[in-house]
Order: sequence, then structure tokens, then C-alpha cells
Amino acid sequence: MTDTAQRRTVAKVAVHPVQAPPPAGDRRRRRLADQARAYGFLVGGLVCFALFSWYPAIRAVVIAFQKYTPGGEPEWVGTANFTRVFQDPEFSAAWRNTLTFTLLALLIGFAIPFVLALVLNELRHAKAFFRVVVYLPVMIPPVVSALLWKWFYDPGTGLANEALRFLHLPTSNWSNGADTALASLVIVATWANMGGTVLIYLAALQSIPGELYEAAELDGANLLQRVRHVTIPQTRFVILMLMLLQIIATMQVFTEPFVITGGGPENATVTVLYLIYKYAFLYNDFGGACALSVMLLVLLGAFSAVYLRLTRTEGESA
Amino acid sequence: MSTRTLLSPAALARPRGKAVYWTVFTGTVLLFVIAFLFPVYWMVTGAMKSADEVARTPPTLVPERWHVSGYTDAWELMQLPEHLWNTVVQAAGAWLCQLVFCTAAAYALSKLRPAFGKVILGGILATLMVPAQALVVPKYLTVADLGLLNDPVAIWLPAVANAFNLYLLKRFFDQLPRDVLEAAEMDGAGRLRTLWSIVLPMSRPVLGVVSIFALVAVWQDFLWPLMVFSDTDKQPISVALVQLSQNIPLTVLIAAMVIASIPMVAMFLAFQRHIIAGIGAGSTKG
Repeated sequence: MTDTAQRRTVAKVAVHPVQAPPPAGDRRRRRLADQARAYGFLVGGLVCFALFSWYPAIRAVVIAFQKYTPGGEPEWVGTANFTRVFQDPEFSAAWRNTLTFTLLALLIGFAIPFVLALVLNELRHAKAFFRVVVYLPVMIPPVVSALLWKWFYDPGTGLANEALRFLHLPTSNWSNGADTALASLVIVATWANMGGTVLIYLAALQSIPGELYEAAELDGANLLQRVRHVTIPQTRFVILMLMLLQIIATMQVFTEPFVITGGGPENATVTVLYLIYKYAFLYNDFGGACALSVMLLVLLGAFSAVYLRLTRTEGESA
Repeated sequence: MSTRTLLSPAALARPRGKAVYWTVFTGTVLLFVIAFLFPVYWMVTGAMKSADEVARTPPTLVPERWHVSGYTDAWELMQLPEHLWNTVVQAAGAWLCQLVFCTAAAYALSKLRPAFGKVILGGILATLMVPAQALVVPKYLTVADLGLLNDPVAIWLPAVANAFNLYLLKRFFDQLPRDVLEAAEMDGAGRLRTLWSIVLPMSRPVLGVVSIFALVAVWQDFLWPLMVFSDTDKQPISVALVQLSQNIPLTVLIAAMVIASIPMVAMFLAFQRHIIAGIGAGSTKG
């Protein structure tokens, strides 16, 4: 379709006479008009980026050093916001929880989709079924997944304990126990999000040339050795990229703790983003919220920079 | 399939290979049914049990009697039509704003050579390094200053500041041959006309991808609408579900959860081929 459209326009133009170049005096005016038109196209996008992306980034840093109440006159307070936030016992809990969550999500939420994609790539039947079913939870709104699992985790009538009883295993407190709450939330996040990882990793697996496996087999490599010496090195870049993306996403976890546990029990599931939300909307402390945002921003920015660096260099070498 | 994978076709053809293959295949199907389909089944049927039956241990696998009242109650008690409509308005507006403003800006950056175009593009790409959630508080304050709280515009305009979609469009426009556009111009078509009748028709695939991303993002979002819509009547379904979940009977809440999931799941099932292909292709090419 693209091809014919292209040919049609080119053919139409060919019968036109070549236009004479405009006189020199007009050229500058013409260029100015071109610029005006270009900015006419740009302006809507620019205004939105300025208002909702660039300005908030600057503002986060500014307010982090202010006492700020909406509508009132902001007041410079130096690093008081940071020291106050540091002294909050919830601060260390939130960072500890967020980092543990990220680490657990990497261990559980990365290993499972990885193995699943490996298996799916070997199956020659019902391919469409597997792909649709694994991606189905991603399409369910995160709030619904969270509420669904909150119901599963119900200590009395929940499906999770019912399954344990069915298997004659001891029941658990799941999201209601201080020891198990964070891991329970990781299961929810993994269930809800792994479809994307599986599909992306599957696409990467399909790009591995079959001859490499043949050659490895001729060299006497068994199944595990082939995974280790062919599959993993061949998809190293995608693995790294998916890992970084997942770290960036899980460091911003909010919906699951907010909906399922409300940060409890005993602050076991308060995350950094949740704490930012609390500072802003429960304590009305926007300075503290922005100080926390800046810390999260710096850390995530570093991860993102690595990610962009990686994708950029890979794109150039390809 | 012509390309071979981890296992050789010869190994799979052997009787032992076949037995192992079918065992793994059956195991994977079972795993997928239990892990991904069963929770959904549990949700859909849980909403049809009676209040008494849904709280019973051990639970019943199939409702003893099928009640539709959970769904009808949810529809009326939780004012679902209103919240669904709010979500549709928010998602449709965000989609339209992104299509208009992101497409225009991407076209300008790609083909119209604006002065400082490189700087602007750099500024836009830099926002990719700043994950959106980390900036919600200052963004909220800006929206409050503009008087946009409890207004769907608070969803629409920030959605335009989406560097990922804009860059996707720009890269696609970069690949369009310049001579086609110049030819259209010589034919007397203005910039807008060229964009509308040459560039956009050629860009249907990328516009489809951007549209799906835009719609899904708004429908699934929670934190931002939670902050922006304090007014219950304006809340989208995701926020309303959580706010109402405390004081509503379980079966009614579950029914509402099912209803809230239907639009995106239906869209996914309708466009599954494109969406699945898009996820695989888009990501490996970076």
C-alpha cells in the first residue's frame, strides 16, 4: 500500500514543470514563515512537556528545600526537609521494603518468566493460546488484580489458604503477616506483570540462529550446557534490558501495597512511593514529599541512564 | 517452523522425546490454566455466588445457584455507568490529545527542521530518564495551580508529555522517504495537508501502536487519578473501586471488578495478534 501511494504521488509530480527558485529577498521571509509553521506544529507538545515534565522536575528540586503549602508563600528552609525525612522511622522501612521488593521481584519475577519463555519456545502446539493466556493478567487493571489477590489472601475464606489446606500444608498469614506480606505482594506483581517479560523474551529467543544449537550439539553439549553457552549469551542484551526495566518499574511500586496492605502490618510494606504519597496527602508536607521524590529521582535516573546507554550502543552496533 | 530451537527435531521425533514433549506440553497447559485462567474464572463465578456461599469453607468450585444480582447490584449501587463513562472520557481525550499533539510535534521534529530542534528533542528524550511516578507530587501541584483538579483535562494534557510515544512516532516519520513529501509540497499541498493525506495514511501501524499504549495507560492508571480526582463523581473506575471496596458486599465488589476488566480484556482479545506482535517486535528493535 505504501509503495503504490508513493508511486502515485511521484508520477503526479513528474508532469509538473519545475518551479523557478524564488527571488533572493523573498527567501529570508520564506524561511521565517517555514519556522513559524514548524513551531505551529510543535507548540502543543512543547507546552505539555514544559508544564507536566520539565517544570515539575525543576520544581521537585526547588520545593525539596522549601516549606511549601499550596496557596501560601513558600519559605526556604535549607536541608530541613531532608533531615526531617531521614529521622522518620518509616523512611528506612520504606527504602528497605522497596529494595527488598525489587530484589525479590528480580529473583521470583525474573526467573519464572525466563524459564517459562524457554519452555514455550520449545512447544510446537497451541502457541497462540499460551501467548494470549500469559498476557491476560497484564490487561486486567492493576487495581483489579490487587483487589483479587487481597481476596485470595484472606486468612479465613481466601483461596490461597484453601489451596494450602488442600495440599495438607500449614496455612500462612500471607499479606496479613509482617514476615510474609512483602513476599505476598511480590507474587501479585509477578502474576500481573510477567506476561510482558515472557513475550519480549520469547521474541528474543526466536532470533537465535538454529545453527548455533546444532554446532553446540555436535560438540556434545547437553541441554543445560546449550542454555548456558548459546541461549544466555545470545540474549544477554535483552536479559539485561528487561532486568533494568523491571528494576525501574518495581522501585516505583505503589498500587499493590496501597490496595492490599495499606502499608502494614507494622510498616512491613510501606514503599518509597507510598511514603511520598503519605507525606503529600496525609501529612500535607509537600517539602518532605519532594525531598523524597528527589532521592528516588536520582536513583532511578541513574538506572535509566544505564538503560538508555545500553539501548543506544546496541542500536548503533546493530 | 523451519528454524530449530534448543531441542533438535531428531530428538523430538524419538519415542522417548515424544513422550517427554507431550508430558511437558500437558504440564504447561495445566500450569497456565491454574495460574492464569483459574483466578479469572474464580472472579467471574465468585460474583455469581450468594453472599453466604462466597464466604464458605471449603469453597464451592461451581456456584450452587447462579445469581446475576451481584452484577446488577454493582452496576447500580456502585454507580458503575458513571465511573465507566468518566474513564472513557479520560481515556478517549488522552488518546485524542496524544494523537494530535504528539503526531504534530513528531512530524515537525522529523521533517520541518525547526530551529533548536535538536535541543528540543534532547529535552524530550531526557524525560525518559525521569520515571513518571517519581514526579507525581510536583506535577500534582502544577495541575492544582492551573485549577485543573477534578477535571479530565488533568489526565489529557499530561498524557501528551509522553516521550516514548513521541519518539516512536518521530522515528517512524524519519523513515518516510523525503522525496514523497517534497513531491506533495510541489503539488501545492500545505504542511497540514501533507501530514493529513500523505504522512498519516502511511503511518497506520505506528498510530495503532501508539493508540493502544495511550488507551491502556489511562485505563490502568491508579496513582495519578487517585491524586487528581478527590471528587467521587469524577473518579475513574480504578479509583472508585478502591474507594468503595471497604463498605460493599464481597460479591458486589467482585462483580464490579469483573466489569472494570471487561473493556481492556475485550480490546486485547480483539487485537491480540497486533498487540503480541507489537510487544515482541518493538522491544527487540529497541
